[in-house]
Amino acid sequence: MIIKQVSIFVENRRGRLAEITGIIADAGINIRALSIAETTNFGLLRIIVDNPHEAERILREKGIAASVTRVLAVNVPDVPGGLHRLLKLLSEHNLSVEYMYHALINREENTACMVLRVDNDTLAQQLLTENGYTGPSYIN
Amino acid sequence: MTKYYNEQVETASRDQMFYIQSLALTRKIKQVYDNVPLYRQRMDEAGIEPGDIRSVEDLGKLPFTHKQDLRDTYPYGMFAVPMDEVVRIHASSGTTGRPTVVGYTKRDIELWSECTARALVAAGTERNDYIHVSYGYGLFTGGLGLHYAGELIGATVIPASAGNTARQIQILRDFGSSILCCTPSYALYIADTLRDQGIAPEELNLKAGIFGAEPWTDNMRREIESRLHIKAYDIYGLSEICGPGVSFDCECQNGLHVNEDHFIIEIVDPETGNPLSDGQYGEVVFSCVTKEALPLIRYNTHDISAITRERCACGRTLTRMHKIAGRTDDMIIIRGVNVFPSQIESVLLSIGEVDPHYLIIVDRINNRDMLEIQVEVSQSMFSDSVAELERLEAKIKAAVDSVLGLSAKITLVEPFTIPRSEGKAKRVIDKRKDK
Repeated sequence: MIIKQVSIFVENRRGRLAEITGIIADAGINIRALSIAETTNFGLLRIIVDNPHEAERILREKGIAASVTRVLAVNVPDVPGGLHRLLKLLSEHNLSVEYMYHALINREENTACMVLRVDNDTLAQQLLTENGYTGPSYIN
Repeated sequence: MTKYYNEQVETASRDQMFYIQSLALTRKIKQVYDNVPLYRQRMDEAGIEPGDIRSVEDLGKLPFTHKQDLRDTYPYGMFAVPMDEVVRIHASSGTTGRPTVVGYTKRDIELWSECTARALVAAGTERNDYIHVSYGYGLFTGGLGLHYAGELIGATVIPASAGNTARQIQILRDFGSSILCCTPSYALYIADTLRDQGIAPEELNLKAGIFGAEPWTDNMRREIESRLHIKAYDIYGLSEICGPGVSFDCECQNGLHVNEDHFIIEIVDPETGNPLSDGQYGEVVFSCVTKEALPLIRYNTHDISAITRERCACGRTLTRMHKIAGRTDDMIIIRGVNVFPSQIESVLLSIGEVDPHYLIIVDRINNRDMLEIQVEVSQSMFSDSVAELERLEAKIKAAVDSVLGLSAKITLVEPFTIPRSEGKAKRVIDKRKDK
């Protein structure tokens, strides 16, 4: 359930995002999910890839500030209230979500995979497993 | 035990130094009055005869010399000897006008080499050291200045010259370089490159670095020392006086000892030109009392520093000047406030999380001066959290604002986007000049 994400510092500059995705593509690394957090001056690109350490290495080699961080990938039933039950569970146990984005929707299992950064991922993983949540097996 | 190149001079009493300087000064004033038309004219205008200068206490009676005087008499008009006695020419870059041309007799090269040799010895250099000179060789005084000094003390000199960092690193590793001589910003660039190539400082044989040709802070010194695992020594000089070796750090790193038997130092008020007392910051002025070809008298460097005449813990009695705090001509005036790039540098370094790669951009928008400081986000300060990065921005801003008394816009930029220097660092872009 705990997976690795690559976080990348990106200046707000035309074409910069494409340059970064180009570096990742050239390395033959597959992006499975991404999110962008932006401020006026810079952005943070967060990606889930099949080979996070290789992605980090290649990006740093190109002089880009990047680091591998731990996040939770949780399958959530793709039904009304599915996400709410997950967040309520975390909140009831005093776990805070720092940020969240969604990865893939699995039509066969009828689930959506959410990527979450919480303040204590080990405890969160334990809590979620005890409550029957699973993570996707296909990410990294 | 402290080693000296010339113990007698370097540990002379203040009283002895007064006589050494006064004797040399009175002789030199006669020489320049007789041989340099500009000095004769200036002294005549001021109503001063060579005989009026009897000791260093009379120095203040003499007019200042400025860089413009060298430009006005370009190229050789201020030389005090016939050209057939001149064995070497150097010149400073002409970025702000004509280059300034300086000349040396055979004796001048010898005394310059001795001055720089004192710096090498103070940095612990011995005969069995390998001195890696990454200052440029050529018209710039850096390369040849350190080169001749290294040979004088009998060490092995590696004239690597500037540029081609990949080759520099190969030489550093394969030739056993033990003393690195370059600009402090280039030393950090070498440290970056070593890290990128996965080479640990222990794989090199470096023990010390002698860094100069641009102002740097104590924070930058610590950064270089911790990243290259060496002791970093400052060396100061300017071609108009001789080149590197006008003053130098000893192992105490507590001010640069001036080779004042050759170069008499004064600190003067930038506004009035009046001498300032010891400890007060002002413009650094030198008088070359032994040089033959270009003995500039009361040359105003426009560098900002302060001096102390107390004996140093290393045993040297030579007057010490503080690290250069800036230059009156590098000074940027923003909304009426005097700003030196070195102030911003020390702020960024004191925050600790910041690699010292920054660019100061000054612009005028709607008749208002705007100060922007771009700071590279190093791998160590990068965080996955937007809030953390914004906190860092705010922290830099608060520190800069409080030191300068000005509001600056801080922009975090990606690593390696600010141009690295292989020579002198470009730290300021003043867009107001184009408007």
